[in-house]
Amino acid sequence: MFSPADLVQIPIDDWVNSLVRDFLVPNFRSFFRALQAPVTSVLNWVDAFLHWLPMLAVTAILTVIADRTAGRGVAIFTLLALSFIDMTGLWPETMTTLSMVITSVLFCAVMGIPLGIWAARSDRVLFVMRPILDIMQTIPSFVYLVPIVMLFGVGMVPGIIATIIFALPPIVRLTNLGIRNVRADLIEAAEAFGSTGWQMLWEVQIPLALRTIMAGLNQTLMLALSMVVIAALIGAGGLGLTVYTGLGRLNVGAATAGGIGIVLLAIILDRITQALGEKNSETAPSLWQTLCSLFSWGLEAKQEKDKTA
Amino acid sequence: MKPKLRIENVFKIFGERPEEALKALEQGKSKLEILEETGQTVGVKGVSFEVNEGEIFVVMGLSGSGKSTLVRMLNGLIPATSGRILIDNEDVTRCSAERLRNIRRNKIAMVFQHFALFPHKTVLENVAYGLKIKGEVAHRRREKALKALEQVGLAAYADSMPGELSGGMQQRVGLARGLATDPEILLMDEPFSALDPLIRREMQEELLHLQKVLNKTIIFITHDLNEALLLGDKIAIMKDGAFVQVGTAQEIVDRPADEYVAAFVADVDRGRVFQASHVAGRPVTVEQSEIGAAEKALQLMEKHNRNALYVVDKGKVAGVVAYQELAVAAREEGRTDLKEVMVTDVPVVHPETPLNELYAAASAGYPIAMTDSHGRLVGVIEVEAVFSQLSGCASENGATSGNECASQAKTQGSQDRNVQPR
Repeated sequence: MFSPADLVQIPIDDWVNSLVRDFLVPNFRSFFRALQAPVTSVLNWVDAFLHWLPMLAVTAILTVIADRTAGRGVAIFTLLALSFIDMTGLWPETMTTLSMVITSVLFCAVMGIPLGIWAARSDRVLFVMRPILDIMQTIPSFVYLVPIVMLFGVGMVPGIIATIIFALPPIVRLTNLGIRNVRADLIEAAEAFGSTGWQMLWEVQIPLALRTIMAGLNQTLMLALSMVVIAALIGAGGLGLTVYTGLGRLNVGAATAGGIGIVLLAIILDRITQALGEKNSETAPSLWQTLCSLFSWGLEAKQEKDKTA
Repeated sequence: MKPKLRIENVFKIFGERPEEALKALEQGKSKLEILEETGQTVGVKGVSFEVNEGEIFVVMGLSGSGKSTLVRMLNGLIPATSGRILIDNEDVTRCSAERLRNIRRNKIAMVFQHFALFPHKTVLENVAYGLKIKGEVAHRRREKALKALEQVGLAAYADSMPGELSGGMQQRVGLARGLATDPEILLMDEPFSALDPLIRREMQEELLHLQKVLNKTIIFITHDLNEALLLGDKIAIMKDGAFVQVGTAQEIVDRPADEYVAAFVADVDRGRVFQASHVAGRPVTVEQSEIGAAEKALQLMEKHNRNALYVVDKGKVAGVVAYQELAVAAREEGRTDLKEVMVTDVPVVHPETPLNELYAAASAGYPIAMTDSHGRLVGVIEVEAVFSQLSGCASENGATSGNECASQAKTQGSQDRNVQPR
């Protein structure tokens, strides 16, 4: 039987091999290594801080945050879940995972929100960005683990970079969506009063898109957590490593303990970030007020509100 | 008076190739033909007008007539395809983005149909938005915004969120936001059409009241003819992107330019459009203390073919005498003192009184006296004149009387300027 392969064969594997091995690695390895620097420093800082804080302090902080954003129920859950993790003896691993997640989400937000804003402002940018985001989301992460190892080496930081690739799309998409969905008449009103592009962004678009952006952040966080086991394959530590080694040694118990730790952490972070988004929908305060309400007992936030009026 | 805003032959074509559409327009093709042939939509075609300082210029048209596009071109929200838009002799279609932003910040503010209040800001922050954009410091912002809120009577709601207010209150906030930057020109894009009828009436009256104090130049867009007639110093009727007629409320109701306008004004309550001054005639009077006043009054009535005549005392209304009573009294009974014969309880109205409030005065059976604010007699309204104006006699009576009506209207029109202190 005839098939197109009789006429033309496409050696895509050879092409990619030569692209990565013969072009990217020799020429750009140092460039990619340099890219790691900011990730490394942020990760080291967060990791050191979380490991330096006593278990009780971390628990107290997270419980208070949960109480102020998501309410009493989630706060109690946070307290119990974190105590449980400590009792299983996985506290240091949990903190390593948490610092990885925080670092990758931080970088996702720092890159993703501006990218989303850019995409929202130009149809052409969105047109180019959309297929790239599709690929990032659909391509199996194992495919890019190998080139990442070749370019970045092994360890925590390459693990975080793989996580960033996987977790970036939702925040870009939802930032874009949130800003595009701001009512056209509000944009027009802001324009009619002579707002500059930046004023429009800060005064109108971002505050009104904040709820959607927070939903994107929540999704990004969840994807980042789902990557911790895969990141362990290329040398990242933490709960992922516990699961991975448990898997390798057929140690069901250790894998389960690590898995439960990941799930509990995921639930706590999910509830807190979701509540942040919903809280915005009710009164829709500015980003600053949201942060204020997080770190104060409400008093300063109110003063701030009065001041900005 | 110097025009604040002058619009010269402005076109707006929506689409990729406006030149083609402009060319087709020159050939006299219609909006629909152009859309079919070139794919371009004609938004506004060849509109020119002038608005003087302190005037309310109303653009009235149905949806799709291009009125919203027109008003958005005035502050550059939609760029004009061709033509000139001059604000204080500065062409906004040709100035830089920076300059345009400055004009928007300082000279021209806008009030929107669906209020367009920022839902994440308090009422006060909403009102202060334009000031914040201009870079005013926080306490000045607060001060000015509160002042603007006081003007619309909502200072008590400064710290509420817009979502907590009713539609009418929200639009007051929208108006306050427009006034806060103290602009010279206020663009109002169907500001009251999303409101309930009663609230709408209230807002219209409030706008007129505010305008007396603020004396802004207002461009007001509406699809409601009654609103246009009530508010507009000048009214433009817009259809398919062009002005069909521009004039005062009375001109538009009295002499519609074509059938389109005529159909619009057909069921207008003329009693509210026209005022006493529009139907008043020049007063024929006698001075009360004059010697031989009675005989003079009789002669005057005979000469002018009147049934009654006003008697004045140094310009002020003293009373009215009817021909029959005076003739009996003076010529048969020899009582020549007007004071004895005249009726002193006379119907008196002001020049601005709308015709539909004249009915009670007319029922007295005498002509109605029209006095100015000092009580001086400035006009006399024959009851027939009221009815002929209300019936729009120019269009309904026979040919000759129709002409009569038209000429009568014209002389009355010229009289208006004399009598009505504007």
